[in-house]
Amino acid sequence: MDNINFDNYMHLEFLNKSENESFARATVGAFVAQLDPTVSAITEIKTAVSEAVTNAVIYAYESKIDYIYISCGIVGRDVYINVEDKGIGIPDIEQALEPAYTTKPESERAGMGFTIMQSFMDELTVESKTGVGTIVKMMKSIEE
Amino acid sequence: MKLVYKCIGKNMVVKFIGEIDHHQSKTVREEIDSVIYNDNIKNIIFDFSNVDFMDSSGIGMILGRYKKVEDKDGKIFLVNVRGNLDDIFKISGLYSVAQKYNTVSEALEVV
Ligand SMILES: Nc1ncnc2c1ncn2[C@@H]1O[C@H](COP(=O)(O)OP(=O)(O)OP(=O)(O)O)[C@@H](O)[C@H]1O
Ligand SMILES: [Mg+2]
Repeated sequence: MDNINFDNYMHLEFLNKSENESFARATVGAFVAQLDPTVSAITEIKTAVSEAVTNAVIYAYESKIDYIYISCGIVGRDVYINVEDKGIGIPDIEQALEPAYTTKPESERAGMGFTIMQSFMDELTVESKTGVGTIVKMMKSIEE
Repeated sequence: MKLVYKCIGKNMVVKFIGEIDHHQSKTVREEIDSVIYNDNIKNIIFDFSNVDFMDSSGIGMILGRYKKVEDKDGKIFLVNVRGNLDDIFKISGLYSVAQKYNTVSEALEVV
């Protein structure tokens, strides 16, 4: 994420521990609060961040300890959020985005993460390469 | 997150307090499953009145409990479901296996 063009910008990096799921969504929510969004818009952003970070915690590094990165930029009333890992990657992105598709049904995953991100954010794109990692890019416009 | 529950016959009323995410859902599901098993629970009423946050981990947790009771014809009830949670339940199609009621007592009337 090119931070020069934003009105404001922040970057987080933290270990892939499930304890950090609530830290990550709360921190992004607090950063976005400067736009004075509705409670419901903040909750939608926090939910989308939680989904992307939880995926990185569960899938990216299997049982290894490594970093997850979040970049968050604000331009006007648009919030750009990237959640990135340098993990195993997603072999078939289109399939991963399908509702109810999960590779971990035995861990009671519902396969709804990407579907929830898509419906709570205005834009979602996923860039991923096997063995290199995954970037989930999201944008939401905050109403006045 | 904390969980408070009470059993009324074969019905379990589960009230969550706090945030339901991947980190929190594991202990919750073990706690509920041991009650389902030990008290031979058939129907579960989930009360969301004190849930501050939930993501898809909560959907997986609810569907998992549904699978535990469905073979004894058990039902899942969702009560005190507010705005954002209602959106998540709709998006994920949860209402095709679980029924929404306004209050615990309304759900208990139909179990
Ligand atoms: N960061 C990632 N690295 C590798 N694989 C991923 C990553 N994120 C998602 N995936 C893959 O995409 C699939 C779909 O993700 P999605 O979040 O939609 O569902 P889920 O995580 O399986 O279930 P839920 O989010 O409902 O708990 C996952 O099962 C996983 O195989
Ligand atoms: Mg997920």
